[in-house]
Amino acid sequence: MEIQHDVSDELEIKVKKYQRGEAADLESLKDKKLKGQLANKEELFKRSANAAAKAEKWLMQTEEGRLEPEGLEKTWRFNQQSIANEVDVASRKNQFDLVLPDLGPYTLDYTSSGRYMLSAGRKGHLSIIDLHSLKPIKDMQVRETVRDAVFLHNELFFAAAQKKYTYIYNRAGTELHCLKEHGAVLKLQFLKNHFLLSSINKSGHLHYQDITTGQMIGNYRSRLGRSDVLQHNPYNSVLASGHSGGTVRMWKPTSQAPLVEMLCHRGPVTAIAFHPNGHLMATAGMDKKLKIWDLRTYKPVQTLPGLAKSIDFSQKGMLATSTGSFVQVLATSDSQDYGRYMIHTMAKGYQINKVLFRPYEDVLGIGHSSGLSSILIPGSGEPNFDSWVANPYETVKQRREKEVRVLLDKLPPESIMLDPTQIGNLRNSRKKEKPTKEETEAEKEAAVAAAKNVSIKKKTKGRSKPSKVARKKQEGIEQAKRSFVEQNEDGVMKKKQKRVTDTSDLPIALQPFVSRKAT
Amino acid sequence: MRVKVISRSADEFTRERSNDLQRVSRNYDPNLRTQEKAVEYVRALNAAKLDKVFARPFIGAMDGHVDAISCMAKNPSHLKGVFSGSMDGDIRLWDIASRKTVCQYPGHQGAVRGLSVSTDGRILVSCGSDCTVRLWRVPLASGIESDDSSDSSDKTLASYVWKNAFWAVDHQWEGNLFATAGGSQVDIWDHNRSQPVNSFGWGNDTVISVRFNPGEPNVLATSSSDRSIAIYDLRTSSAAIKVTMTTKTNSIAWNPMEPMNFTAANENCNCYSYDARKLPEAKCVHKDHVSAVMDIDYSPTGREFVTGSYDRTVRIFQYNGGHSREIYHTKRMQRVFCVKFSCDASYVISGSDDTNLRLWKAKASEQLGVILPRERKKHEYMEAVKNRYKHLPEVKRILRHRHLPKPIYKAGLLRRTMADAEKRKEDRRRAHSAPGSMPRKSIRKNKIIQVIE
Repeated sequence: MEIQHDVSDELEIKVKKYQRGEAADLESLKDKKLKGQLANKEELFKRSANAAAKAEKWLMQTEEGRLEPEGLEKTWRFNQQSIANEVDVASRKNQFDLVLPDLGPYTLDYTSSGRYMLSAGRKGHLSIIDLHSLKPIKDMQVRETVRDAVFLHNELFFAAAQKKYTYIYNRAGTELHCLKEHGAVLKLQFLKNHFLLSSINKSGHLHYQDITTGQMIGNYRSRLGRSDVLQHNPYNSVLASGHSGGTVRMWKPTSQAPLVEMLCHRGPVTAIAFHPNGHLMATAGMDKKLKIWDLRTYKPVQTLPGLAKSIDFSQKGMLATSTGSFVQVLATSDSQDYGRYMIHTMAKGYQINKVLFRPYEDVLGIGHSSGLSSILIPGSGEPNFDSWVANPYETVKQRREKEVRVLLDKLPPESIMLDPTQIGNLRNSRKKEKPTKEETEAEKEAAVAAAKNVSIKKKTKGRSKPSKVARKKQEGIEQAKRSFVEQNEDGVMKKKQKRVTDTSDLPIALQPFVSRKAT
Repeated sequence: MRVKVISRSADEFTRERSNDLQRVSRNYDPNLRTQEKAVEYVRALNAAKLDKVFARPFIGAMDGHVDAISCMAKNPSHLKGVFSGSMDGDIRLWDIASRKTVCQYPGHQGAVRGLSVSTDGRILVSCGSDCTVRLWRVPLASGIESDDSSDSSDKTLASYVWKNAFWAVDHQWEGNLFATAGGSQVDIWDHNRSQPVNSFGWGNDTVISVRFNPGEPNVLATSSSDRSIAIYDLRTSSAAIKVTMTTKTNSIAWNPMEPMNFTAANENCNCYSYDARKLPEAKCVHKDHVSAVMDIDYSPTGREFVTGSYDRTVRIFQYNGGHSREIYHTKRMQRVFCVKFSCDASYVISGSDDTNLRLWKAKASEQLGVILPRERKKHEYMEAVKNRYKHLPEVKRILRHRHLPKPIYKAGLLRRTMADAEKRKEDRRRAHSAPGSMPRKSIRKNKIIQVIE
């Protein structure tokens, strides 16, 4: 009996994942036909979510990684050596150190399937490594400063932000394009659903370029000076840039003004990361704080002490932070709070430049001043991939087919918005329910009639003269009418006042920027 | 301590031999597929565009008659066979698959006005303006082959002469009776009698169309030139109900899946769907034609019907849609006098003034031929996303767009202007009359003058 109960509970949790939010409230609907149709649809959604949850058992065969302490053991006491002793040989291959002391510090990027790694040394060393065979596919030296490098939609192409311009190379190392319009880029991001290459350059300009057509989609000035913190939210493809004043701005390619501007730190922002479900954002600042924000309310849910140079969320929601030569991985248990999960210390003197979780593996990649490292973080990666989304074992033919498919599904830049589920929904009507003219008229008449019927008390002699009574009644009627006119005006007045006081309803992080927007 | 990390062996995810299928693993987690709605919207848009690209409804013309085609009949027991009759008295049986004449039935002296096939598909009934009703033997489905011999002796079953010229004929869905319309009466005939077994009349005007109810074999609907639609029951001696409208009804079709409903094709460019049980009000008014609607036929699914019009177009309507789903036209097609939906609901046949029968696809962009399951699934998916996002402006614009011949477009504009002007005038009249003296009349009622039971 107990076991059965547990099983149904477990299934319920799984179903929730596939339901994509709450069901619509149909009770308030008046149209019976529509209600019936929508009820049928909800039933269908429910059935498909149930089917997906039940199929999990058969479809998702690979087991999730985990680290379970026994007794008084703590997870963060385990070092890489002890983990390596416990795991199988194939996984041990994922722990490696590439010592490249001459051309660092290194930054790195993975393809969306996690099979290929692109590493870029500051002094011009670019290489692509196949992580299954651990063989370099291409190793090249561009003899120029390389500030950042990202893969484009597959491992065949990558973009590198070099000293003066950004270049696009193919896997063989041939330069395909020189993107001069971007300027001296500090940080690159590729939005894979939209095929947009976005960058922030030395003078704080944000560029969006469509790499299928070469068209420059957006070119916006941040006006907040130099910044090398740029990260896209995988949930809605909104870009976030962190600035020296402690502000974080969120951008879409179709508007000049940022979508959101929030004050996150009392000091420059050093890094931003997004949870894969899109609701959490982590920011790190020079004020020695790491904050985790809820993007639905724009309020910090947790503030942790400590300086972080680079942060990243894993697919399962673990958060890696790095300072100096020290890496810390935070994880949530059942409660919302992030706590220490694992730590890792590099050799002394290594300065970590970037930490990045490898998709679909329990691996954290580290780019540092003298090379690249890769360490095992059990339980960080999604164990089951989907062949149609990202396949680590993709063949050439599959890759070609996928390229065609994703190009057909390429999203227009307008589809980038804070809430991507808004597409296809009706806009809420802005009009408020105003009483119609007849209704107000009727109300007024009723008020006047009520004023007429008021019985006036008998007062002392001389005060209840018929003329005085009549005047009083007339005054009452006037009052009733006037109050009605005033009420209307009051409504307008209240509205105006509300707009001014709106600020106090906003979360603190957004408040400083409201007045500026209004002007 | 227990440690476990993700560990996959390449063997589990790759195929063993090169002729195996590639292994596929699925994970339906929504977090892996971000911006699902945007992707679906883009797919819907692409599907709508592809629909337009592949919209090639015209399959071919069937050439052979030497005069305008006046009537058609489909064979309920044979999918490929279609009969057509022309104004010069020629009747032909066509094989739709090869688009060729199978045989001809010579005999009528004047125009053939009505054709109908018995339910078992053995007997063809024709009637014409030469005051004769003729019964013909239909060649068996297996023996259909091109035979150009005009030897009519083995095909004629009977030929009955009657008092007046005929306008239409329809065979009962189950049974041996058929009804002809001619003069001011409807005559009910038996296959083996040379004179009608029964006659119904109501008024003095010519009855121009007759159609038996597919569900109730004894019920039939007629329309006559006094702008009325009458419903008769063979078991009673007189008409059951009669509606008089302000416009003439050229043709009637019963909905085969909801046999209480029928749709009338009217002279005023509209079609009116009625529930035979509630006649004072039309269920739906189908507008879009710009000239008189000449013929109408329901799809066997009962979800849509096809109409042919004097404006040289064929339109397909949803059974409950106020406007047409599809319009078909070609440069060479003249006034359309008769249309039929094929018995598998996938083709539409039109016969027109230019002596040709034309074969159209019922869904303009449908892929013909055998479709493999994966492809069919893809089509179904595309249809579903299109349906889900059809209300968005971009998708709607593409799906609604039809190229119209200029005269029809202009005529449509003119009709709209006229309707607007009429409405404006009525509104002004209403505004200047005593309140309540000019009640608004619904468009579903205002063409009905009276209902007599």
